Amino acid sequence: MSREKILTAVKKNQFTHAPLPDLEILNSLTATGDDLTPQYTSVASAGGSFVYEVKDWEAIKTILHKEFKPGVKIISGIPELDEYTYAGNVLQESSHSFADAELTILSSNLGVAENGALWLTESQMNIRVLPFISQHLAVVISKDALVPTMAQAYDQIGNADYGYGAFISGPSKTADIEQSLVIGAHGPRSLSVFILI
Amino acid sequence: MSNVTGKSHAELASIFNQDEPRVDWHDETLWWIRQKRDVQAHKLPEWELLRETASQIKNNVLSNLSTYLEQFEANAINNGIIVHWATDAEEHNQIIHRLLQERGINRMVKSKSMLTEECHLNEYLKEQGIDVIDSDLGERIVQLANEPPSHIVLPCIHKKKEEIGDIFHEHLGSAKGESDPKILTETARQHLREVFLTRRAALTGVNFAIAETGEFVICTNEGNADMGAHLAEIHIASMGIEKIIPERKHLGVFLRLLTRSATGQPITTYSSHFKRPQQGTDIHIVIVDNGRSIQLGREDFRNSLKCIRCGACMNTCPVYRKSGGHSYHTAVAGPIGSILAPNLDMKKYADLPFASTLCGSCSNVCPVKIDIHDQLYKWRQVIVKEGYSPTAKTMAMKAMAFTLSSPTLYRSGGKVGRLVFKYAPFAVNNSLNPWYKHREMPKAPEQSFGEWYNKRKEGKQ
Repeated sequence: MSREKILTAVKKNQFTHAPLPDLEILNSLTATGDDLTPQYTSVASAGGSFVYEVKDWEAIKTILHKEFKPGVKIISGIPELDEYTYAGNVLQESSHSFADAELTILSSNLGVAENGALWLTESQMNIRVLPFISQHLAVVISKDALVPTMAQAYDQIGNADYGYGAFISGPSKTADIEQSLVIGAHGPRSLSVFILI
Repeated sequence: MSNVTGKSHAELASIFNQDEPRVDWHDETLWWIRQKRDVQAHKLPEWELLRETASQIKNNVLSNLSTYLEQFEANAINNGIIVHWATDAEEHNQIIHRLLQERGINRMVKSKSMLTEECHLNEYLKEQGIDVIDSDLGERIVQLANEPPSHIVLPCIHKKKEEIGDIFHEHLGSAKGESDPKILTETARQHLREVFLTRRAALTGVNFAIAETGEFVICTNEGNADMGAHLAEIHIASMGIEKIIPERKHLGVFLRLLTRSATGQPITTYSSHFKRPQQGTDIHIVIVDNGRSIQLGREDFRNSLKCIRCGACMNTCPVYRKSGGHSYHTAVAGPIGSILAPNLDMKKYADLPFASTLCGSCSNVCPVKIDIHDQLYKWRQVIVKEGYSPTAKTMAMKAMAFTLSSPTLYRSGGKVGRLVFKYAPFAVNNSLNPWYKHREMPKAPEQSFGEWYNKRKEGKQ
């Protein structure tokens, strides 16, 4: 069997034991007590995200009303934003049925200042394809949920169980044609990040 | 598709070099990406420690690979993922074909996987009557052009937008003469959206597979891997055995290095962690050896298995930038490809370790600190010893060794050489001498050091 053949060959050829390095020094070098909102905002904006600092849900609603016309298909994974189709209520629908979604709004509990990434697990996405298939994506995160680097991000994720999770750091993009950056490759054409302060 | 011509790197590069403005453009574009990488690297004071840590983690992986593979397999199975093992490219391709056949699927969408390029999966499936569409924009472009990717991260870096416009006009119905990257990307988006929504099977690569949790991570900017995988009823992920990392927290090292090194972004848009299949769907992983376990046993070369496929060594390489990815006639081009390929077929790829100036820039930018240029140098020695070096080079080296071993021959040879340079320079300054192609031959001195020294001694006496 191929499995045994491969494992035997690997076992025979792997060399003497090399220990795993300690990650603590690296992690301590990047830890900081600073307010991470300015760094997050500047990095995420450079990556093509629109970042809004907002005081409450009303402020988010006002911005969404301005940016999205009524009548388009909007899915919300956040109970507080209840004027839209609640994702929890459409879990049984096929993933393909969201192909005409104009906007999806989800929440995140973990954002990374060094690269603008937001961590979302399947339970926050409700349906895995939602943050990808939607024409636009909005994510709400609390200011306290920002960490300096990926090191602290994985510290926080720890051994959490999820079926699927993703760091999302901006709108879908490509630079495959002559290295010209184009926003809106296959996924959302925009990412709006609402930081609740 | 690689090396259908049987031509060497030098021969293929000379074809690429016929269009000088394009070579300059190619060179400058890649150097620009290298500079973007520098900007990102210099922003992190801990950059060198990150590289060192990543390299050490990979050392640990390579020293315990069999244990980690078994651990990964057990955890993945526990998560509901189905695991397959393939000793070589053929077996990998057959497994994928069988999985599709069992479900009566004859169309598949695929995101970027250099392993499937290495295995020539697309060609194999085509022969079996299965239609594969590459969904990464760059890969789709080269697929429509019937070419292999020329770069592992930037598959169509060798193509001008006008050429892409022509390809899209022919295949995707964009307006004739349209070359605006925005409009062409939108055309591809519409075309591929229809593909994502209609394919029941999706194949992806794997960037990292975590032994501790049995999950695997895929990084893209476009979101094409996720669009394909989440909309399909079967997701097949192909991975080489070296993609394993021990623990989830190690992603906090590798994801900080990968995209900064690759394109000069702080991270890709999407870093997707697949742990369990979506309800009603299957995830299959194909773990592929295809020569990697042999490379693991080559003490001088096993570090090449640390590679995380960022492409930084290509962007920085003066030879890659000026010869183009296709000159390497292998799935993974550039410096890293040149130390991986001879392991698979030393005869076929004997030319690649010589396609380097050994300047060491590749090793300096490598995020996992692979000693790439040292390995290139070592491969040269292995290849010559095994008798795979090009005949002309072997003859020249033998003649040199013979001459240098005899002081008399050395002295008379030097004298003849100087006379030739002086009285018959056309004998060496001609197109038969490859060295002369891009260089002027040096002026020969009147006398050798030995002759000068002897004369000087006579004069003193």
